[in-house]
Amino acid sequence: MRPYAAAVAGIASLLAVGLLTMAAARANEPPRRVVSMNLCTDQLAMLVAAKEQLYSVSYLSRDPESSVLADDAKKFVTNHGLAEEIFTMSPDLIVAGTFTSRASIALLKRLGFRVEQFAPPNSLSDIRTNMRRMGELLGREKRADELIAEFDRALAAVPATLKKRPLAALHYANSYTSGGGTLAADVVERAGLENLGTRLGLQGTTRLPLELLVMEAPDLIIGGIRPSSSPALAYDTFTHPALRDALRGRGLTSVPDRYLVCGGPFTIEAVRLLETASQKLSRQKQP
Amino acid sequence: MNDRLLIALLSLIAALLFIASLLVGPANLDISTALAGLFSKTNPAATLVMCEIRLPRAILGFMIGATLGLSGAVMQGYLRNPLADPAILGVSGAASLGAVLAIYTGLSAAFPLALPLLAIAGAVIAVLLLQMLAGTNAGTLTLILAGIAITSLTGAFTSLALNLSPNPFAATEIVFWMMGSLTDRSMQHVWLSAPFILIGWAMLSVLGRALNALTLGPQVASSLGIRLDRTQMLAVLGTAASVGAATAIAGTIGFVGLIVPHLLRPFVGSEPSRLLPASALAGAAIVLAADVAVRIIAPGRDLKLGVLTAIVGAPFFLWLVIKHRRDVL
Repeated sequence: MRPYAAAVAGIASLLAVGLLTMAAARANEPPRRVVSMNLCTDQLAMLVAAKEQLYSVSYLSRDPESSVLADDAKKFVTNHGLAEEIFTMSPDLIVAGTFTSRASIALLKRLGFRVEQFAPPNSLSDIRTNMRRMGELLGREKRADELIAEFDRALAAVPATLKKRPLAALHYANSYTSGGGTLAADVVERAGLENLGTRLGLQGTTRLPLELLVMEAPDLIIGGIRPSSSPALAYDTFTHPALRDALRGRGLTSVPDRYLVCGGPFTIEAVRLLETASQKLSRQKQP
Repeated sequence: MNDRLLIALLSLIAALLFIASLLVGPANLDISTALAGLFSKTNPAATLVMCEIRLPRAILGFMIGATLGLSGAVMQGYLRNPLADPAILGVSGAASLGAVLAIYTGLSAAFPLALPLLAIAGAVIAVLLLQMLAGTNAGTLTLILAGIAITSLTGAFTSLALNLSPNPFAATEIVFWMMGSLTDRSMQHVWLSAPFILIGWAMLSVLGRALNALTLGPQVASSLGIRLDRTQMLAVLGTAASVGAATAIAGTIGFVGLIVPHLLRPFVGSEPSRLLPASALAGAAIVLAADVAVRIIAPGRDLKLGVLTAIVGAPFFLWLVIKHRRDVL
């Protein structure tokens, strides 16, 4: 038994050393086989990577409700974020989110893989930071700069803030909302609206009971059921009579999840949609 | 204690808790704003909060609590078993499974009545299964074990159905179906469940005399002129209709039906006919109190009702097991 165990340990350590030296050798040149484990890094990598550089993206990026690049994602091998699956792909760089399964990430790191984690953006300017970092990691700084410049132009083209900002409530499934320090709040504010969660002093994404939302009588409620998804009690809140009455016949302002779940150049679409809604509202108010 | 006095006292407690339920909520309304919201239209936001959010919650708390108390008393009388309770014996679990199938297949979106009807169908199956086992004069132990088996099996199927749903929220809603909640229920839920709950109450409330006779055993009851088949039909359908509709709206709220009759027996004695109305009122009071407590203990966290009822109820259940150990084992 003992010689066998020793042999296994020996092979394992050889393998690890091999992988480590491989990783070290390639540290200075751009990675050639990148695997992304998280919907948000998937989309950044797809936008930034050179042809053939990205090997695999997560299965979620093929879901058109969550992913803006669902069609592009079909060109890549899918993964489910499992260490064993990623191991067999033998990537030279793994990109993942900071909230991607800790166990899988820890295991992959122990096996000697290079893992780079991205924190979810908390503002529009964090999106720039993440894009720039992805460019640096993939050796595609020029491409990243182009994307950032395009993003900045698009953002600058959105009209400046109105004098009196209408109050908007972000309302997600299960009565969740986004308070201060979140990308969604930044998007709402950039669109010329005041975010209810921020006004109430909430931080991060947290529950906002329907009662509180109704009492604040917001001008705009942003949210809505994902059109083709299967039923869940989480969506009951969108059809609650109290919410319907609070809308005063205006209907929910819907921003597709895919523009806000992850931060990317496409987040500009969410700003545009909300800006249009906010303009429409101020026209209605002052006919 | 005088029965009339007890009923009056329990009604008063339930009424006070009903009012408390209207006054507690995340939108800290003071009493005058709350009352103005309830009875006038001067403050439209307060009216919305009171009439569309808190009133249905309080009404459902009362109806569901009364259902659990009443059905617990009937089941303990009918099965002649002090440990009977719709949640422990798997009736609520089976109703949950029916409701889960109705909601997550999309059936209830197309046909709203499917929700209470499938939940009631689940409850009927569970009660009939239990009745088959208890009808052959099985002991307390057999009945409880059968209940555990039904609860586990229906719980497993509920988890399976929710885990297989492609919707990412569905799996997290397993907690709701196992623990129960009244958060943000609306008048639509009241209208959907009230007819079935009221029909169930009507069926159960006429059982008093039959259950009194049954305490002497089925043969004696039969010779006293009690029609056992009719009693069985009313007990099964009444429990299933009220517990099924209640569970379809609020999930499984355990232990209320178990505790309430035991708390009241010292006052009304062991005669089921005197126990039934008191149990309904006390059940309503307990669920309303629990629903007020979850909003005070963890505001904004959506603490489940069943968490509180189990924390109080499960030790009580253990105490009952110890007390009845001699006849159980």
